[in-house]
Amino acid sequence: MATKKANNQQALSRRQFLTDSGHAACSVGLLGLGLGMYGEQSKTHAALALRPPGALIEDDFLGACVRCGLCVEDCPYDTLKLARLFEPVTTGTPYFDARKVPCEMCDDIPCVKACPTGALDPQLTNIDDARMGVAVLIDRETCLNMQGLRCDVCYRVCPLIEEAITLNLLQNTRTGVHAIFEPVVHSDICTGCGKCEHACVLEEAAIKVMPRELAKGELGKHYRWGWEEKEKAGKELVPDIIDLPNRMPSNSAEKLNIAPTGGKK
Amino acid sequence: MSAPAKSAVIGQDAIVEKGWLKTHQWLLLRRVSQLSILGLFLLGPLAGIWWIKGNLSASLLFGTIPMADPFLVLQTFFSGHQPELTALAGALIIFAFYFIVGGRVFCSWVCPVNIVTDSAGWLRRRLGLRKSTQLSRSLRYWILIMCLITPLFTGYVVWELVNPVSMLHRGLLFGMGMGWTLIIAIFLFDLFISRRGWCGHICPMGAFYSLVGKFSPLKVSAANRSKCNDCMDCYAVCPEPQVIRPALKGEAKGVGPVIIASDCTNCGRCIDICAKDVFHYSSRFANEAEK
Ligand code: SF4
Ligand code: SF4
Ligand code: SF4
Ligand code: SF4
Ligand code: SF4
Repeated sequence: MATKKANNQQALSRRQFLTDSGHAACSVGLLGLGLGMYGEQSKTHAALALRPPGALIEDDFLGACVRCGLCVEDCPYDTLKLARLFEPVTTGTPYFDARKVPCEMCDDIPCVKACPTGALDPQLTNIDDARMGVAVLIDRETCLNMQGLRCDVCYRVCPLIEEAITLNLLQNTRTGVHAIFEPVVHSDICTGCGKCEHACVLEEAAIKVMPRELAKGELGKHYRWGWEEKEKAGKELVPDIIDLPNRMPSNSAEKLNIAPTGGKK
Repeated sequence: MSAPAKSAVIGQDAIVEKGWLKTHQWLLLRRVSQLSILGLFLLGPLAGIWWIKGNLSASLLFGTIPMADPFLVLQTFFSGHQPELTALAGALIIFAFYFIVGGRVFCSWVCPVNIVTDSAGWLRRRLGLRKSTQLSRSLRYWILIMCLITPLFTGYVVWELVNPVSMLHRGLLFGMGMGWTLIIAIFLFDLFISRRGWCGHICPMGAFYSLVGKFSPLKVSAANRSKCNDCMDCYAVCPEPQVIRPALKGEAKGVGPVIIASDCTNCGRCIDICAKDVFHYSSRFANEAEK
């Protein structure tokens, strides 16, 4: 009798346990789904938020960084911050806002050395190889240089002056006689340190460092640049191509005193 | 139930018997421990004394000894990242420590959220709030499993998006921002909705450390259980009251007096509060039932 009662109770409590666990498991499943979706949303693509040098690509970074802030504490320039709740950067992860404090590109890269997990890749030993983002002259309408003035501040503060950023000479069509010194960033060299954005003299910077995924276009896999292929091959790839005359409006050609010829060779 | 006339304040008997200080001895030591750990971390940012850098998630002691939260490192592992040796060594060091002293010693002696939930628990007792939503105690283990499985699919550490434990500690060191809202939410949840709801039912870190301390030698024992006068004060103050009964009342069934359940946080509140000095810190091996 007693054992039967005990058995009953056991069965009951087992059933209770199973329903309890069922409930718990289901709610937790939903919670997981919700967190996953929140996480998807919170991935950092905010243009102002740049990762420290050596950061893995965003997806891998979010799996690797334990949000310890060691990189933040070891940065001698107080460049890095840990994101807080509801900021546009995944909570707790390190970032910097180049307009406020750019990365000073320390030779010994203390932030990377401090990272215990490898979220900042220890293989990065030369700071010039860092790719925190890429500078883009995003507003050509306010950039002083583009108006034909000579500001050049972004160009001159760049640690990789004449490599990451160069001045491209254009004719100033407004005055007809002056030059425009267009700042041009070369994405294969630019580290994304943000010194140019920080230094831009405008109220709101005309040059901004963007996450590379946002800033860069990507060619279709099948695209080839003909001139590069030609150089690689060392010869004309399509020999004996029919050379048609360039279509130059005949009277403007006369004005410019250019004889319509058979195109360039 | 014909409970003996209850004193208005829980622990009154013990205060009369042993004095206020003895009745709060382990509680005070615990607060000292929690606050001085926080203080050590704060020495760097506030005073420029960098004995320890980082936060509870990962840190560096005296510039050489790495420490890392093993649960968090495990989560990064599940998200498909192979952590560097520093993090692995740090996780191992912390794991070994809690393996020995009892996993949930983290909860009662280190975790900053514990101060929040203890305060809510205290206020709840003071206000005599009895209503409590019953959550399943297995819930936290399900959340623990979720924390480890979800990164397999998402590829990143999901729990850290909301984990209030790391958020509070990080917030105190690096700036809180809106993080306060989460901490206040936990306080209100424990106070009005579910008794010991956060630590006892939800927190996966508590669940993880409970597993870490499954076999740890340091335990609390109801060594003088024959003296127990059923005042129930220990049940009232204990954050995990279900762990007490088997040890305290198990004599008839031949169960030893050591509180074996790894949910026990080794906080020592039961030792403090007991007027009859029933409880002591002890080892799990001193668990012979009286003959
Ligand atoms: S390279 Fe130097 S300045 Fe830049 S984030 Fe790292 S530590 Fe800070
Ligand atoms: S040191 Fe590494 S793990 Fe820690 S916050 Fe910085 S990037 Fe993340
Ligand atoms: S971000 Fe600006 S300053 Fe830094 S390397 Fe690129 S162009 Fe130069
Ligand atoms: S259960 Fe969680 S929140 Fe509570 S004390 Fe333990 S670790 Fe901290
Ligand atoms: S049994 Fe005692 S030591 Fe363990 S959690 Fe409860 S009050 Fe703390």
